[in-house]
Amino acid sequence: MHSNQLTEQGHLRHFLTIEGLKRPLLTEIMDRAEQFSGIGHRQVKKVPLLRGKTIVNLFFENSTRTRSTFELAAKRLSADVMNFNINTSATSKGESLLDTLHNLEAMHTDMFVVRHNQSGAAEFIAQHVAPYVSVINAGDGCHAHPTQAMLDMFTIRRHKQHFADLRVAIVGDILHSRVARSQIQALSTLGVGEIRVIGPQTLLPRDCHTMGVHVYHDMAEGLEGVDVVITLRLQLERMQGALLPSAREYYRCFGLTPEKLRYAKPDAIVMHPGPINRGVEIASSVADGPQSVILEQVTHGIAIRMAVMSMALGSQSDFYEAEA
Amino acid sequence: MRMVITGGRVIDPASQLDTQQSVYIDNGKIIAINDHLADFYADLTIDAGGMIVCPGLVDLSARLREPGQEHTATIDSETRAAVAGGITTLAVPPDTDPVIDNPAVVELIEDRAKKAGRVMVLTVGALTQKLDGQLLAEMAALKQAGCVGVSNGLNAIKNSVVWRRALEYASTLDLTVFINAADPWLQKQGCVHEGTVSARLGLSGIPESAETISVSRDLLLIEQSGVRAHFHNISSGRAVKMIREAQERGLPVTADVSAHHLHLCEHDLGNYDALSHVLPPLRSVRDREQLQQGLRDGVLQAIASHHQPLDADAKLGPFAETQPGISALETLLPLTLKLVEDDELDLLTALATLTCQPAEILGIDAGQLKIGASADICIINPDAHFECWPRQFISAGKNSPFSGWLFRHQAAYTLFQGKLVYQR
Repeated sequence: MHSNQLTEQGHLRHFLTIEGLKRPLLTEIMDRAEQFSGIGHRQVKKVPLLRGKTIVNLFFENSTRTRSTFELAAKRLSADVMNFNINTSATSKGESLLDTLHNLEAMHTDMFVVRHNQSGAAEFIAQHVAPYVSVINAGDGCHAHPTQAMLDMFTIRRHKQHFADLRVAIVGDILHSRVARSQIQALSTLGVGEIRVIGPQTLLPRDCHTMGVHVYHDMAEGLEGVDVVITLRLQLERMQGALLPSAREYYRCFGLTPEKLRYAKPDAIVMHPGPINRGVEIASSVADGPQSVILEQVTHGIAIRMAVMSMALGSQSDFYEAEA
Repeated sequence: MRMVITGGRVIDPASQLDTQQSVYIDNGKIIAINDHLADFYADLTIDAGGMIVCPGLVDLSARLREPGQEHTATIDSETRAAVAGGITTLAVPPDTDPVIDNPAVVELIEDRAKKAGRVMVLTVGALTQKLDGQLLAEMAALKQAGCVGVSNGLNAIKNSVVWRRALEYASTLDLTVFINAADPWLQKQGCVHEGTVSARLGLSGIPESAETISVSRDLLLIEQSGVRAHFHNISSGRAVKMIREAQERGLPVTADVSAHHLHLCEHDLGNYDALSHVLPPLRSVRDREQLQQGLRDGVLQAIASHHQPLDADAKLGPFAETQPGISALETLLPLTLKLVEDDELDLLTALATLTCQPAEILGIDAGQLKIGASADICIINPDAHFECWPRQFISAGKNSPFSGWLFRHQAAYTLFQGKLVYQR
């Protein structure tokens, strides 16, 4: 499944989900990001790896940070970048999504970076693009956000030595979180000892344990002895649909406060994919505190996205060689 | 026109007949099932050597899209597909556009079907006007116009008072009520079965309780009103159990299952395969087993196509935005008999679920091979061995998840009222 992410030679062609990718490939992404991470500190923040390539950021859902880090990553690799922000309500349904896609493809695009509010949208687009085009999933519905997961793994690797020894807790709205799904898959693939999810039953998927996680409904129990705490953003529209009574009650039960953080190991790191709702899922003193690595995550996002883009476009040579 | 079908294995599930004899047809009727009929000169002889001769299939629910969505499919296109699948009688649910809530629409459909002249197309009338769940439809007029039952289609009646009154009124008129059991709120929320696959793919789920809540409410009101009711397209093992208990209590309740729910499960969604997007959703492997068991036990009396032809565009998009539905007329027979090949059902039971049992549910005289009956006959090649290729469907809807499946059984000839309406 998802095997169309890889070329026949086993190189990354699309990057749609972590599911189905093997540990050496995830490690390769992080190793390559490590090489790229120095570039941001140079005077000339550019390498010519993707010179002459055209990358289109195709965002059907609002995003500032993800879009700008993708843009920055592409520019640091010397690619040409176009941004399309498409209001999903303006495009009617699937047909026009394909129309949009084929129109952009006709401009000889090499890569689409796609964000869409529907699960499976990136997969759908990857199934319909020309064979020389790569698709990077920048978040699809509640399904996957693989570059976010990889930058989180990269951040964890910088702070902790061996994945196998770690205990990681993910707190909050797992049900609607593409970030959590990709993180859980990445953490399992990298062999993390124990993955926990903490949240009320209304925000956890049914049969959640089949994802290979331990389920907790209580912060004190769930955070006991963990090395990494990942808090998820709580979409405030979740109060509709009777998933939660109020943001205040959520904060009381699942908000990461200094008191609750004490259940974790003293050297535990605190992560958040952003943007943060202060006082809803996390206390300001924790978000800005010494254990927080939240801003590092943003920085690492650029290196990870450079790594993934260069690997996917590098595999285009597989295609052109096959053509020749 | 005088016709004889020779050399076939003649099976009539209603009378448990399974014999190697000839079927003689004259003036549109079966006149004899015999070794040899003296002084019979046939205009047409069909050699059915090595084949199964059985009643034409009776399909409890097929959407033909006419009137209302003729750009998708028509009565003409879909009846052609039906006979290619061995179907000679089918019932159309009321959710056409306009809705079958007045005799004019019934007449329109019957006219078009008569013009096509290859399948008996029956109509199921609306329970409520425009299917909006508020005012009762003129059921007596619908019955008089020829409707074989009443239903609110896929639009659940939310208001329990209206639902109760609708059942009571239908009961007064001795009409069977056809029910698609789904709690509207729990169903509307999702697009796939709520379980491991929905968790993995990040698609919103429809819990089993969407079906069972509705079935339990409906059973209580059926008991209270005394109406005869039929559940369409049961998808969960739990609902089978509830219906079994109701039948044991003596309630006049029957039920059917779709051929796709007997073969597919949630895992067939694979990589967001929109062709497997269907309502009710494909459920767990366990549910599928319990549906098959329900057939063996006779709790589910019929297998129906629940045919929903769609435009190609309808399945092109991210999963949740695609339209649910499967084009199923041409796979009903091969999929049902695949259960026989797989030793899940015996041949007689399988054919009964496609012929006499659905006919009995509709309260019509069809689905049997007997002297004097209309010669609606399906001749099946049990060794056709073909690969399913939806793009070659006769139906205007090519939306089938069974592409590439290998089937053995296939309709070779279909007779409707003694007329050869299909020949492979």
